[in-house]
Amino acid sequence: MSQVSMTVNGKVRKATVDPRVLLVYFLRDQLRLTGTHIGCDTSQCGACTVMIDGRSAKSCTIFAVQADGSEITTIEGLATNGQLHPLQQGFWEEHGLQCGFCTPGMIMAAVTLLKDNPSPSEREIREGITGNFCRCTGYQHIVNAIQHAATKR
Amino acid sequence: MIPAAFEYSRAASLDDALAKLRATNGAGKFIAGGHSLVPLMKLRLSEPKVLIDIARIPGLSGIRKQGDRIEIGAGTVHHEVATSALLRQACPIVSEAAAGIGDPQVRNRGTLGGSLAHADPAADYPAVMLALDADISLKAPNGVRTVKASDFFRGLFTVDLAADEIIVSVQFNPVKSAAYAKLYQRASHFAIVGVAAALGVSDGVIRSARIGLTGASSHATRLAEVEQALTGKPASKQTIEAAARVAGAKLEPVNSDIHASEEYRRAMIPVFTERALTRALERAS
Repeated sequence: MSQVSMTVNGKVRKATVDPRVLLVYFLRDQLRLTGTHIGCDTSQCGACTVMIDGRSAKSCTIFAVQADGSEITTIEGLATNGQLHPLQQGFWEEHGLQCGFCTPGMIMAAVTLLKDNPSPSEREIREGITGNFCRCTGYQHIVNAIQHAATKR
Repeated sequence: MIPAAFEYSRAASLDDALAKLRATNGAGKFIAGGHSLVPLMKLRLSEPKVLIDIARIPGLSGIRKQGDRIEIGAGTVHHEVATSALLRQACPIVSEAAAGIGDPQVRNRGTLGGSLAHADPAADYPAVMLALDADISLKAPNGVRTVKASDFFRGLFTVDLAADEIIVSVQFNPVKSAAYAKLYQRASHFAIVGVAAALGVSDGVIRSARIGLTGASSHATRLAEVEQALTGKPASKQTIEAAARVAGAKLEPVNSDIHASEEYRRAMIPVFTERALTRALERAS
């Protein structure tokens, strides 16, 4: 077993973990932050995307021990004082979700996208979410939601 | 998917990493980004008893100018390579290839050294390292050695890296007139056929050419017949078309899998060779 300490959504969390526990299971099962989803479990679908030290990452492909000492942001950490993050607001306004399963990962990928490129073109948005799959309907409303957030910032 | 149990430790330095590896008696593996290793461990195709985390070793990542050459630390993530101002200006082929690896999340974690050590037959970096004639620096407990990229990739997932060694960095002379073009698998972005072309052009003549091919066979390889067809010829569209036509013709065997048949790959090698050469030549002017 290993000791880990990481800052998750601004709070220091210390825990004892089996080294083989993936970050996504640590977040969901040990910290009970179930907003981060497990989709494909093979580093492809992006449902498990979180921010590690300010950049998007697939938490199904990282052991929790690797994130020891890091700063993690999950979907639960985006809203401030009950105020939705501009991307959450964008997904709300533009109906950027249908079933909602991919949404937390989509939003966390988009946070990094807008951090790197505050006013992306439609093409840049589509490239920015190539690591995230939506299996409901298509990507147009998701692209609109990210554009909405970009113009609001 | 739950990997087999292992012990985990973090290396503080290269020497510490090598000492820790040695102490595992062959049962240990290094992990940096883990984006090749963790998927294998989840499938239990790889079951190391000890993982030694090298991701935070000071100095193992970064892109540096060293005299006329550029050095990239093995721990440098693809995103950093893709966005490096130095590389984009002096040797854009490297950034271009890095920007096409996987997806943004993968590029935020995966490293150059990991990609080279893993040597996936469809990985992008090996072709680029061949085209740049890069030197790969390896460290063992008893010293450092340098291997040419053309000697490093030996077979399917097989490289010239001893059990007690670690990749430290790659070095190369930057080439502006070089480009990477690939036909990629739509979900993974791995190369079905990837061609890296580096040209030396002066006074309208191609003085030198190095072409690296990935995705098509067991490991990345040079396309000597294309290189010969280009060298000493006028730097023109006609030269490129004629040279690309023979690309891969002598290659045996060529991969065939669910993504592309051998026939399709054989047809695509000249197409992507021509695209890479065309862009490389554009960058020469």
